[in-house]
Amino acid sequence: MPIDKFVKLESTCVPVPIENVDTDQIIPARFLKATTREGFGDNLFADWRYDKSGNPKKDFVLNDPTYSGKILVAGQNFGSGSSREHAAWAIAGYGFKAVVSSFFADIFKNNSLNNGLLPVQVSKEFLEELFQAIEKDPATKVEIDLENQKITLQPNGPSESFDINPYKKKCMLNGFDDIDYLLNISNEIETWEKANS
Amino acid sequence: MVTKVDGGPSVLYIDRHFVHEVTSPQAFAGLRDRGIQVRKPEKTVATADHNIPTLKQDQPIQDELSRFQVNKLALNCEEFGVPLYGLNHKWNGIVHVIGPELGITKPGMTIVCGDSHTSTHGAFGSIAFGIGTSEVEMVLATQTLLQNKPKTMRINIDGELGKGVVSKDIVLYIISQIGTGGATGYFVEFAGSAIRNLSMEARMTICNMSIEMGARGGMIAPDETTFEYIKGREFAPKGAEWDKAVEEWRQLPSDADAAFDKELVFKASDIEPMITYGTNPGMGIGISKSIPTFEEIEKSTQATFKKSMQYMDFEPGDAMIGKKVDYVFIGSCTNGRIEDLRAFAAFVKGKKKADNITAWIVPGSHQVEAQAEEEGIRQILEEAGFEMRQPGCSACLAMNDDKIPEGNYAVSTSNRNFEGRQGPGARTMLASPLTAAATAITGKITDPRDFL
Repeated sequence: MPIDKFVKLESTCVPVPIENVDTDQIIPARFLKATTREGFGDNLFADWRYDKSGNPKKDFVLNDPTYSGKILVAGQNFGSGSSREHAAWAIAGYGFKAVVSSFFADIFKNNSLNNGLLPVQVSKEFLEELFQAIEKDPATKVEIDLENQKITLQPNGPSESFDINPYKKKCMLNGFDDIDYLLNISNEIETWEKANS
Repeated sequence: MVTKVDGGPSVLYIDRHFVHEVTSPQAFAGLRDRGIQVRKPEKTVATADHNIPTLKQDQPIQDELSRFQVNKLALNCEEFGVPLYGLNHKWNGIVHVIGPELGITKPGMTIVCGDSHTSTHGAFGSIAFGIGTSEVEMVLATQTLLQNKPKTMRINIDGELGKGVVSKDIVLYIISQIGTGGATGYFVEFAGSAIRNLSMEARMTICNMSIEMGARGGMIAPDETTFEYIKGREFAPKGAEWDKAVEEWRQLPSDADAAFDKELVFKASDIEPMITYGTNPGMGIGISKSIPTFEEIEKSTQATFKKSMQYMDFEPGDAMIGKKVDYVFIGSCTNGRIEDLRAFAAFVKGKKKADNITAWIVPGSHQVEAQAEEEGIRQILEEAGFEMRQPGCSACLAMNDDKIPEGNYAVSTSNRNFEGRQGPGARTMLASPLTAAATAITGKITDPRDFL
């Protein structure tokens, strides 16, 4: 299925200043019993967000109306552990369009890109500045410009460049998905199969 | 490699695609929506492992969602012609246990599965890694995957392991040294004399946990030990085909002077039985050591350390030996094979399980279960007060009913000790089957070497 296009985003941020957030925290295993892609946003960070009885925990950021936005800002080494793509579905399903951190685990990064959720890797210093700016003013806005690969703290900076695989960038800018590309080269795959059987 | 996208990833052909019930339903649905078939059902193998109960498997699954999901896999496999070794099939088991034991996993193959522990198969010298559900759909549809070439790292472990130290301790040691992001972006090759001397199952334990150091995959070069293991297995080549295959496999190992982007060296003699104290697999120490003090922790990881201490209700500086334990879990794709059960049984033979311990001994597959039965392991376990259950992922991720209750401490031979991994509020300590056995007998964290 085609993914949502991502060109430019300006939004307020939701800070999760916790390092090593693994995918079990992002979406606990018991929610993986679903057989469709819907509804994962409701269970994002479930065990940090709700207590045993299902009541929202006051001290968790998603339950704090002061913070809202389409950009999730997280501590280093985000998305480690299980390959569950459901983690990316949960974050995107909740309404986030981008995740900013100083370090992403590989599989999670890939899963995000495959779902039109942009992982933006910044320096430790920039991340720290971002967290501080948001703490000072929860209404702080950030602009993410995919075409120019730039992330800018509004209104006056600073700004930092971020890396992204050129192929994935093209896919995200245009809403392309990998399967369409691969299905289009079916003949090449068949030729290879015949030569290597 | 089939081809390469200009300035982009390579198109990698996938030799074997393993499938399980949790990460496949949306992928099959995607195929259905596109109106296309599975390109190579004969290169696809499915099993039900994550969601299934480990008791009374002959009865319908109690949990409605689990039952539905396991059923969905059966329906999908039927519709798309994918071979399924489902619940109660004689070859059913944890996906990364059955692939190798059936001789499906072979050196030089590209192998993927919607499961991060797919790295396990790298122990055979295959390129094996975990993928997300969208990529599962890609492979089902096209038998290929778009992949960027990762960097390479070689981790050497030289020398001889001490008594009571096994491959699980090796991998926990490495992760404690380099951290859970230490190999991110790299494909790791494990080498060195300590690795060469390991059995295939011991090698699988190490490759299994490569993902816990952030690696894309982990592999060990195939050798005679590898070929011996595969020989004669159900899907291994036979006769003249076998000889031809072995000749090809002998050509696979990296050249002696191959260059890696990064190279690390560790001494086997530095490794003692390991135990984790925190909430990620890198937070482990030698069992005779104490939890680091706050000052000893690197500044950048202090926040994680603090959070871990709170969750586990441990104090910095605590000794691990003697800490109370409530549950012991033997199983998972890390340590759920016959050698693990043998080691556990040999350890507990003639002894008795501690009264305060609830133990779940879960074989990795029906074949492992049958072999354990044949070797008298079930009897040894029962006489010592343990019960062997039926195969499945079980308490490793507690998707089924095998959940560690909130606040309880579990010594587990699985691969992750994240908050809530084994059940909401569960407190996991990862260890080898020997350490788990020693703990199961005394009822508290115990150095297995005390008994050897």
